[in-house]
Amino acid sequence: MDVVFKKPHALTDAPLHYCPGCTHGIVHRLVAEVLDELGVEGKAVGVASVGCSVMSYNYFGCDMVQAPHGRAQAVATGLRRALPDGVIFTYQGDGDLAAIGTAETVHAATRGENITVIFINNAIYGMTGGQMAPTSLPGQTTQTTPYGRDVNSAGFPVRVCEMLSTLDGVALAQRVTVDSVKNVKTAKAAIKKAFQNQIEGKGYSIVEVLSTCPTNWGLSPVDALEWLRQNMIPYYPLGVYKDGDKRDLMKGDKE
Amino acid sequence: MAKIIVDENVCKGCALCVNTCPKKIIALSKSKINAKGYHPAELTDENACIGCAFCATMCPDTAITVYR
Repeated sequence: MDVVFKKPHALTDAPLHYCPGCTHGIVHRLVAEVLDELGVEGKAVGVASVGCSVMSYNYFGCDMVQAPHGRAQAVATGLRRALPDGVIFTYQGDGDLAAIGTAETVHAATRGENITVIFINNAIYGMTGGQMAPTSLPGQTTQTTPYGRDVNSAGFPVRVCEMLSTLDGVALAQRVTVDSVKNVKTAKAAIKKAFQNQIEGKGYSIVEVLSTCPTNWGLSPVDALEWLRQNMIPYYPLGVYKDGDKRDLMKGDKE
Repeated sequence: MAKIIVDENVCKGCALCVNTCPKKIIALSKSKINAKGYHPAELTDENACIGCAFCATMCPDTAITVYR
């Protein structure tokens, strides 16, 4: 009998600290599989964010840097400058990328930094115990919005891929999810493309993964996937928001 | 002939594999408890497994190795 599925090499043997059914684990594995397939584990440097994914430096076999809260893409920019041949990626949650790190995210994107950003959107602050995040849905019950998110006082959620897709430095802005086998395969293809864009020098690539937080949503892992399908996908439609090459615009400037 | 091997010490009993198995032959063990205190997933019918790796694809903890 042949092995048809096993743990990728770029994922260490450390047991994940995530709660049962947390889809962080699936995305970790997809990133590790892509690093294996592209053969870049040896020159990859990941930047861990603050949040549940802060511990990802224990799980990826490549070099990792732990950035201050929200500053992962600023650190990745520095790594890009220092390691021109490196494969630089950040792995950030919504509290990190879309709240405290919004400025770093938007400016890294508009500068067209040649980095790959893996963005986990689970519509809640997971590690700190389930407070409202910028991406929490209208009416969503969280620790800090016990009667549901009221858009009159708390405003509306941020749609990161749509926002970044208007910037010229962005090569790829795609939203995927990991609620089913089919969508996991789509997510892996998107992550692989985001890394290939970087290796080819096309510019900033972001893959937003709609993810679950069974513990803080108060649902079983299976019900959480259903909640994601019923509530998150209608508000955050899946798809490719931008697929281009920043160099096309740069050529025009030089002539 | 195909089979899966679940790393019982890594499995957290989230049941995403149970939910996704097209043959419905994975269940959380009723008799075993691992060191973390979870009931690990196990194959209930070894002859029916088709080695599609759907369970392993959905496993957040990469606890499943698939042979075919």
